[in-house]
Amino acid sequence: MKKNWWKVLAVLLLIFTVVAGMLTEVPRLAILNETIRNLYFHVPMWFGMTLILLISVIYSIKYLRNPTVRNDVVAYESAKVGILFGVLGIVTGMEWAKFTWGEYWSNDPKQNAAAIGLLIYFAYLVLRSSFAEQQQRARISAVYNIFAFAALIPLLFILPRLTDSLHPGNGGNPGFNSYDLDNRLRVVFYPAVLGWTLLGIWIINVKSRLELLRQRLYETV
Amino acid sequence: MVLLREVLSLIQKDLVLEWRQKYAFNGMLLYVSSTVFVCYLSFGLRSNVLTVPVWNAVLWIILLFTSVNAIAKSFMQENRGRLLYFYSIVSPQGVILAKIMYNALLMLVLALICFVFYAFVLGNPVQDVPMFLLSILLGAIGFSTSLTMISGIASKAANSSTLMAVLSFPVIVPMLLMLIKMSKNALDGLDRSLSLDELLTLLAINMIVVTVSYILFPYLWRS
Repeated sequence: MKKNWWKVLAVLLLIFTVVAGMLTEVPRLAILNETIRNLYFHVPMWFGMTLILLISVIYSIKYLRNPTVRNDVVAYESAKVGILFGVLGIVTGMEWAKFTWGEYWSNDPKQNAAAIGLLIYFAYLVLRSSFAEQQQRARISAVYNIFAFAALIPLLFILPRLTDSLHPGNGGNPGFNSYDLDNRLRVVFYPAVLGWTLLGIWIINVKSRLELLRQRLYETV
Repeated sequence: MVLLREVLSLIQKDLVLEWRQKYAFNGMLLYVSSTVFVCYLSFGLRSNVLTVPVWNAVLWIILLFTSVNAIAKSFMQENRGRLLYFYSIVSPQGVILAKIMYNALLMLVLALICFVFYAFVLGNPVQDVPMFLLSILLGAIGFSTSLTMISGIASKAANSSTLMAVLSFPVIVPMLLMLIKMSKNALDGLDRSLSLDELLTLLAINMIVVTVSYILFPYLWRS
């Protein structure tokens, strides 16, 4: 139980996020209205995705330095969970955009960058599936993973800042920081980010343990 | 110093090989000219269809596909024995740097030929030609830096030509977007300071990609 306190914390934080996120007072703003609550669900997905992909890259680097099956499995599972978060981020973002911008997909630079980012990681999955031999697959996909992450950084953090976008925080639209005075959002937002990320790490934990057990089973059979 | 000498001799070897065979270069030249000609035929029926943004986009798409095809060969053409031979006499850093530089040179020549031919056939709306040539130069370097590493990765896999396309497009799209915007500015003859942001970002992306390739290639090479 002592080792599992963070799982309890994740559950509590997520319950808090859902309950408080739906029920607490939020700033009344034109156009946004109640959709501002998406801040607790959409934005943490991107925070979580970036962090989880970072975990994946760290394990890829660890694999190159110290090739063990565990490092490879964790890197792979984290990349998959990162993709899941990215897809959820796009879906929640599209749903939100339908109500505020009027279209699910309005060719916005941020939407496009997110889609390209996901394509990079889908390519990672395709690359992995094209090797038969385990060690070669692990090493080459680790190399691609690090390379892809280096390509992802300018995509997510530099390019969107150079262009105008409808997205909050760009092109004169108020971003999260302009609600600085309103601490009601922050009270739920930070626990939400932490909760979703912990949930992602939990999924990685369970999935990689399962994968390692499965591999051990195949070895012995 | 040793690294520099290795890189130079590897580039020289690639150039000599290319000069003797003229296989890849002529093939790519034919590829470029037939693509441009197909564009001419498909747009030429109603010549007023080709607005400036379309002109720009089509040129970059042609350049993108040309570079993917040209650079995909860079590791696949090396047979196993020769790779083993390199492995015993030069460092992997030397190999990747030499390949990047050779590909940049090859792409630059191909891109310039492509641009001249394209402008000749489909008209030349470029108002700021030096700036446009600079964007082509950056494009050639950028494509070759990222695609060289990708082709190294793809050449290890079984169905490498499909994989090459799948792996390279997402990685190259950010670069392509910057390039298209920069060359659009040059096409419209806008003030050069407006393109400075794109220029610096492109240089930064190139730096990142070269550094990462330099660090990662030894691991790829070992297999």
